[in-house]
Amino acid sequence: MTFLATTPILAAESDGFHAPSIDDFFPPAIWFDGTWFEINRITLVRFVALIALLLVFGIAAKRATLVPGRFQAAIEWILDFCRYSITYDTLGEKDGKKYVPLITAIFCSVFFFNITGVIPFLNIAGTSVIGLPLIFALWAYVMYFGAGIKKLGLGKFLKVNLLPAGVPKGLYLLLTPIEFLQLVIIRPATLMIRLLANMMAGHLLLALCFAGTQYLLFSAEGGLKVFGVVTFAGGFAFFLLEIFVAALQAYVFAILTALYIQMSSAEEH
Amino acid sequence: MKGTIPVDTTILAEVTGSLSTVGYGLAAIGPGVGLGILFGKTIEGMARQPEMSGQLRTTMFIGLAFIEVLALLGIVTPFFLK
Repeated sequence: MTFLATTPILAAESDGFHAPSIDDFFPPAIWFDGTWFEINRITLVRFVALIALLLVFGIAAKRATLVPGRFQAAIEWILDFCRYSITYDTLGEKDGKKYVPLITAIFCSVFFFNITGVIPFLNIAGTSVIGLPLIFALWAYVMYFGAGIKKLGLGKFLKVNLLPAGVPKGLYLLLTPIEFLQLVIIRPATLMIRLLANMMAGHLLLALCFAGTQYLLFSAEGGLKVFGVVTFAGGFAFFLLEIFVAALQAYVFAILTALYIQMSSAEEH
Repeated sequence: MKGTIPVDTTILAEVTGSLSTVGYGLAAIGPGVGLGILFGKTIEGMARQPEMSGQLRTTMFIGLAFIEVLALLGIVTPFFLK
């Protein structure tokens, strides 16, 4: 009797439905547990992405020829895209020239850290924990402050950004605090949260679809198995969507960095 | 028990579980409307002036980023406002 009573509980424990949760982003440490250099699964994935990034561009640079092959043409297309479509279109060729390396580096590295979310066995985006988006956002933050102060000088930089021209004097009471918040908090914070939340939501969505498929196909009874096919198809569609999102978020991060540099260093805006 | 008013409350409906689910549903409405307007207007602009497509698309993606962040704030808020 006791045996019969406990069996369903055991069965429920062994192959019940495991919904993905926020704990997915805080896996146990692999090496150096408890120190500053603690390495867990996600950190390891970041190292893999970094090595892949260095290898791809290293090989492309090493094998560069005058007449590009297919691989080199693809890399050149990406570099051209960063240079012309992102940087020069926003900043103009004259001002944009010195920011090309920055924007290209941001685009490529964010893309590589994002795409690990859909690569089998890695399965989580390097940017889905706060650390990496924070570093990228701080980098952009320092760069757009630096760009504005270098071009206009501190006084003029603050005047252009905090006291926009062509507004009645009284409105500055309302406008200046808002502009100040924009400049100092909202811009970097939204850059960070946009990237983080996109990657986090993407991972949860994929994990939910595939965990659901696994449960429905192997543990559910009879007719419910059919829905496993549906969740698998949905998971595959989201998988394709996530590839698109990885590229889109890299593009958005790069173009917003360029835009913020342009806004803080423009005389009028 | 003289003088006390009997408190008799009847619970007609009860919400259990995480309320943040409802919160995210609400947070998705605004950005949804915003994205609809954004994409609709961009398509309209592209149909009127196909030669402006490239510039419109770039501006659309910038707008997309600003709208999307509102929906994403809805996703992350429950995690730090328990």
